[in-house]
Amino acid sequence: MEALLATAVGILAGCGVFLILRARTFPVLLGLTLLSYAVNLFLFASGRLRLDAPPLIGSGASYADPLPQALVLTAIVIGFGMTAYLAMLALRGLSESGCDHIDVDQGR
Amino acid sequence: MNSSLLLAGIPVTAFAMFPLPLLLQRHGRASAALAAAGVMTVCLALLLPLAPDALSGHCELVRLAWLPNYGLHLSLRLDGLGLLFCLLICGIGLLVVLYAAYYLPESDRLGRFYAILLLFMAAMLGVVLSENLLLLLVFWEITSLSSFLLVAYQSDKYKARSGARMALAVTGGGGLALLAGILLLGHVVGSFELSAILAAGEQIRGHALYAPMLILILLGAFSKSAQFPFHFWLPNAMAAPTPVSAYLHSATMVKAGIFLLARLYPAFGGSELWFWLVGGSGAITLVYAATLALFRHDIKGLLAYSTISQLGLITLLFGLDTPLSVVAGVFHVINHAIFKASLFMAAGVIDHECGTRDMRRVNGMFRYMPITATLAIIAAGSMAGVPLLNGFLSKEMFFAETTANPQFAPLGWALPLFATIAGMLAVAYSARFVHDVFFHGEPIDLPRQPHEPPRWMRVPIELLVLLCLLVGIVPRWTVEPLLAAAATATLQVPPPTFQLALWHGFNQPLLMSLVALAGGVLIYALRVPLFAWQEQLPAMHPRTAFERFHRQLTRSAHVIVTLLDNGSLQRYCALLFGFVVVLGGWSFFSAPSGSHRLPMQAADEAAVFALLALLIGAVGATMLYRERLLAVILVSVVGLVVALTFLRFSAPDLSLTQLAVETGTVILMLLVLYYLPPRSAPKSSARRLARDLLLALFVGGGLGLITLRMLTAPHETIADFYVQQSLPGGGGANVVNVILVDFRGFDTLGEITVLAMVALASHALLDRLVLVAPRRDADGRRWASDAHPLFLSMMMQPLLPLALTVSAYVFLRGHNAPGGGFVAGLITGVALIMQYLANGIAYGQRRMPDEQPGLLALGLLLAAGIGVASWAFGRPFLTGAHGHLRLPLLGEIELASAMIFDLGVYIVVVTVVLIVLAGLGRLSLVAHRHGEES
Repeated sequence: MEALLATAVGILAGCGVFLILRARTFPVLLGLTLLSYAVNLFLFASGRLRLDAPPLIGSGASYADPLPQALVLTAIVIGFGMTAYLAMLALRGLSESGCDHIDVDQGR
Repeated sequence: MNSSLLLAGIPVTAFAMFPLPLLLQRHGRASAALAAAGVMTVCLALLLPLAPDALSGHCELVRLAWLPNYGLHLSLRLDGLGLLFCLLICGIGLLVVLYAAYYLPESDRLGRFYAILLLFMAAMLGVVLSENLLLLLVFWEITSLSSFLLVAYQSDKYKARSGARMALAVTGGGGLALLAGILLLGHVVGSFELSAILAAGEQIRGHALYAPMLILILLGAFSKSAQFPFHFWLPNAMAAPTPVSAYLHSATMVKAGIFLLARLYPAFGGSELWFWLVGGSGAITLVYAATLALFRHDIKGLLAYSTISQLGLITLLFGLDTPLSVVAGVFHVINHAIFKASLFMAAGVIDHECGTRDMRRVNGMFRYMPITATLAIIAAGSMAGVPLLNGFLSKEMFFAETTANPQFAPLGWALPLFATIAGMLAVAYSARFVHDVFFHGEPIDLPRQPHEPPRWMRVPIELLVLLCLLVGIVPRWTVEPLLAAAATATLQVPPPTFQLALWHGFNQPLLMSLVALAGGVLIYALRVPLFAWQEQLPAMHPRTAFERFHRQLTRSAHVIVTLLDNGSLQRYCALLFGFVVVLGGWSFFSAPSGSHRLPMQAADEAAVFALLALLIGAVGATMLYRERLLAVILVSVVGLVVALTFLRFSAPDLSLTQLAVETGTVILMLLVLYYLPPRSAPKSSARRLARDLLLALFVGGGLGLITLRMLTAPHETIADFYVQQSLPGGGGANVVNVILVDFRGFDTLGEITVLAMVALASHALLDRLVLVAPRRDADGRRWASDAHPLFLSMMMQPLLPLALTVSAYVFLRGHNAPGGGFVAGLITGVALIMQYLANGIAYGQRRMPDEQPGLLALGLLLAAGIGVASWAFGRPFLTGAHGHLRLPLLGEIELASAMIFDLGVYIVVVTVVLIVLAGLGRLSLVAHRHGEES
């Protein structure tokens, strides 16, 4: 199970990095999303993988580590905020330069 | 008045008042000059009540802790040496202020000039009054910076700029060396206070770090005082206005290095290394610069090299390392400041009146300005060491010291011979200055008709020359008490008795003086063949060497900058990831790999399937990113798998949040897609592709490896505390939610603040954003012009209350079961966005509050307010309180104050979703209009 998760993190990070290195804004947006999935899973994994032990008091005998979960929860929401902000930047750049290249002077 | 208050008042006044001329310059030049003179007078007035104590050998100390952990204190000391320098700085400063008012052109309003001059004076006072060496260094650097501004005062001239740059580079570099030396010194002595350092001479000289400390500190002192091999900046700094040269380059700044030598003499002096380094550098400078001075044609150039040479003389005196030579060195500091300042001012008068300073053209000035000429001749006589003038006395002491130096005993004759040669050269260049400028026929082709300067412009010169005479004729009644106090403070013990007198009887020093005078005149008489000989020497230009060095440095810096910083974000990203790989790889392979590995859990089919789906989604999106719609769908598949993963591994809250965010992300991407240019980007080059693939492989592989290593390593957690305290401390069974809103509530407050900032920034970015909505897609098909699908809009209206109920439910139960403000906010937000999608922007806009940024503030205020409220109960910020409440249908719920905090979170999240998504949607109204127009 651990190996599978590590593979997943690796694949997501690799794909994310490749897309972030593209020249147009849209793939960068996609890449950032994938990379934040990878990082969130990685952070989450630092609490180790526990089956059927949600950190709800009274639901079982032992509980999964709640701390990384709390961290990741806010990270997911902030990740959404960052993606949204990046999208706004992309659109603003498009409206001011007329192209969607991330290095405006190369796209024209 | 309290004397420590007076002492502290001197630098404080100077630093507080330095902008005064700038403020007063609108009332005219005179006001600016008066302000500058006033500040200096106040400093002098504060100093005078302290003078008697300092003269009697008392050392006044004030200490105020600044950064005590680093040994940095705001501590000041005033002893004889400090008093001497303070008098020079303020006294000559006053004269320079008066002189500059006449020297600088009428068009200059003077405010800026005097302000920088005062800043410089304040820093110089700080240097000479510092008790703490780190504090001294701070002031030292301010003198470098302010002198840069003064030299470059006429900033429209290239020479001024390049001269200032060179001066800053050399003295600033020396300052760095000095910093290193002082840090070593503080490390050795255990304190940066001078009192401790001066008392630790034995310890310092015996320490293994003595040589590096001494060399570093000397680098600082020599670069500041223009000692060989750092002398070259001073002649180039002559591009400064002459008052600046008179002040900085004769009396004060260049003496700062000498001051440091004098100050640290008890700590460092008295070793062979000191003798050879200080004495050697001083001796070389003395003769080398005197020779160069002789061949200058520019008056200021001659004076600059003569200054370097005289500074070399003082350095050599300190290097000779006997108590009396130190006395002579301090004495010459006074004398040189007096005669050289007056000479610079006289040179300025000549420049001002003739329009040139070239001695091949400026001749016969005695006829045109007899009074100025007389004054300058007296001052030059002092420089040459003519009897009855102050320069004679200290030069006599210098000669006397060279005849009987104990360290140089084996070559007893060499040192006096050397000194005599130096004396001859000084006489020669003084003679050249006097003869060429004031006699030697008629002026040649001057831009202006020379005459005497304005009355008050001459006053500073007159006063200084008067001092030359007074000190020279009646030294015992004028300078002796001050010199004795300064020498005592320098040596830290009373100096051996010395006699300042004009006539010591017919002895060896007098003979040397006479030989020097005669020899100097002889050298000057031989000037024609000498000049011819000098002409055919290969030209040595430290200036061009420095410029070349500077240019090469700039060029190579430019190469590095263009390599790293070419303005391409793509390049930055690639460099960043490359760096991450290198750093990560390095720490991964250098870390000790714990031998103990945990066994992995068995994988099941579901997990394999999930990985497969994720693989298809992620790799598919990466390969097909040009098919944008497809890519969005594939990425959303990945998001779903991630949400399921969270669910599988006991994180229901994360799963819920991920699902809600996924919806928002997809809507966001689709909205963005709508505006982006329909055509896809051209393919990347193969090289670029290979680079990116390699980077992706390394980052992905690396992160995967680290994850695996982490997952199989033994694990300790602090989670037990939260699990145990969740119910009793936070009043909730959902530990994740309790952590978010209670235990780590402050973090969450920060996070929703970030979210609010994102929303505000998006709001600003969207403001008046004009985009063109495409009317056809890339294949030329028209966009569907259908109104909003009836089915969707029929569905959505009843769904809204349902969705809101669900989100309220999720919110309320969040403290005990999966849910909470974040998830509920996202659900509400998405439900509202769905209304926009189904019924159109206009429909949504009519029903939504206008002031959405205000809602952000409301949410943040709620969250922060509940935190502040706990202060009212005498508890720390964000302390939770909770109780039970029984509601119909929902059953018993814990009602905690944290819930109000969660409500704040909820409001912020909803508003963020609305501002971002509805804002983007709203654009389409404008965009369509533009699309139709175009």
